[in-house]
Amino acid sequence: MIINHPLLGPRDAQEFTYLGDAGLMNRPYWLSETALQQFHDYLYLRENPAGEHRELWFHEQGDRSWLVVTRNTVTHEILKVELARDVALAQKAANLVQEPSQ
Amino acid sequence: MRYSALGLIKEALTGHKGWRPQWRDVAPQSHYDYVIIGGGGHGLATAYYLAKVFGAARIAVLEKGWIGGGNVGRNTTIIRSNYLLDGNEPFYEFSLKLWENLEQDLNYNAMVSQRGILNLVHTDAQRDAARRRGNAMILNGSDAELLDTDGVRAMYPFLNFYDARFPIKGGLLHRRGGTVRHDAVAWGYARGADMRGVDIIQNCEVTGLRIEGGKVQGVETSRGYIGAGKVGVSVAGNSSRVMALAGMRLPIESHVLQAFVSEGLKPFIPGVITYGAGHFYCSQSDKGGLVFGGDIDMYNSYAQRGNLPVVEDVVESGMSLIPALGRARLLRSWGGIMDMSMDGSPFIDRTDIEGLYFNGGWCYGGFKATPAAGYCFAHLLKTDRPHETATAYRLDRFMSGHMIDEKGQGAQPNLH
Repeated sequence: MIINHPLLGPRDAQEFTYLGDAGLMNRPYWLSETALQQFHDYLYLRENPAGEHRELWFHEQGDRSWLVVTRNTVTHEILKVELARDVALAQKAANLVQEPSQ
Repeated sequence: MRYSALGLIKEALTGHKGWRPQWRDVAPQSHYDYVIIGGGGHGLATAYYLAKVFGAARIAVLEKGWIGGGNVGRNTTIIRSNYLLDGNEPFYEFSLKLWENLEQDLNYNAMVSQRGILNLVHTDAQRDAARRRGNAMILNGSDAELLDTDGVRAMYPFLNFYDARFPIKGGLLHRRGGTVRHDAVAWGYARGADMRGVDIIQNCEVTGLRIEGGKVQGVETSRGYIGAGKVGVSVAGNSSRVMALAGMRLPIESHVLQAFVSEGLKPFIPGVITYGAGHFYCSQSDKGGLVFGGDIDMYNSYAQRGNLPVVEDVVESGMSLIPALGRARLLRSWGGIMDMSMDGSPFIDRTDIEGLYFNGGWCYGGFKATPAAGYCFAHLLKTDRPHETATAYRLDRFMSGHMIDEKGQGAQPNLH
């Protein structure tokens, strides 16, 4: 597989290590009433879809950036590659618009 | 029809015209007491033991393709009982004991061959770990023998003993481990279940689970609705997809594991060898092909094929252990989809939905577990209580803190 790195261009997937579902970026709030259940679900449960899957790859043999790769788990086709930092910042901005009190 | 040597001679003399199909091709009925989703080794074994041991009536096995076309047909055929932890080893020992009597029980030649498994060690620390594992195995009624370098050399003189980085310092020999003809396991269980009245329904994909008031009522399939008293899901590889029909998320990721077979060779490797310094294991089939495999491809996948970097990695590991492997040509490689669980151990458990039961999460150890998984799942389906050897395989063990993590890797499924 070739991962088209947003900064470095097409790179062999062998340069990366794989973490898993991109949902791992969204760590639950640790003081929540239901933190125990939320952390259990966050740490152990997965959607595990057959088809499009957003997942975290780490460019260990390269620029050591985290990427969010959207990939089809049935065909191995890579549909989209983003810097995880950009995704996180976009999420944060969206959350601020939705709930300005936080 | 029972198989026997006499029957074989009779058929040979009369032109082999008397053989009958080994199981019926039936249309689904409108309702069953037990519906097993998944006609693989585990599903068929579950139906067989439900009918034979637990006396359940009206059982159906639903298979979306043809029986035995999934992981029971895509593995490297190894059976063993060499686990360390208390939650696991009694179960796998129970499984190995069922393997030892399987052919008599099924009246079917599954070519169970207890040719011995040798786990090589390359460092003092690995030898200590092997000794500890061997003791745990013996405590649970299995067998283990620690060999030194000369002991290994007497069995396998052609290994690379003097590798500068990973010299072979010995190995843990599990003599009762071995290999089985994998397809015959699926067919033997199918035939045994069919003889006891189980309906095996192929080309019947489950597309939905009908759940009302927290209780399962039946399954929607590509061949219409089928009512069910209890539904057992046994579809490792696709567990997350099927359980999503019931709105459940599982502690499982699906990954692809590749396996390989070489061209047929003269007898060369009498048992099963596993490398301690890389992920590689190898045996030789009765047809002469070297059957070997290694690591999973590391990323989520439902494609039954892997990528080339892992092929290279497996073959490199193989070459560093058995240099002669380089003279053999690779005949075939294929991939199977594994339920990689969060602690590397499986699940045989009830769910929060009444009448819905789950068997899965076998990582890449499902084949050796086939008889016991079937037996224990049947026990659970019939009695609503886990079998005594499978009490630890709970779906809620991550919440309660009772993980069974043989490798000590934590919640990173691709490292188990």
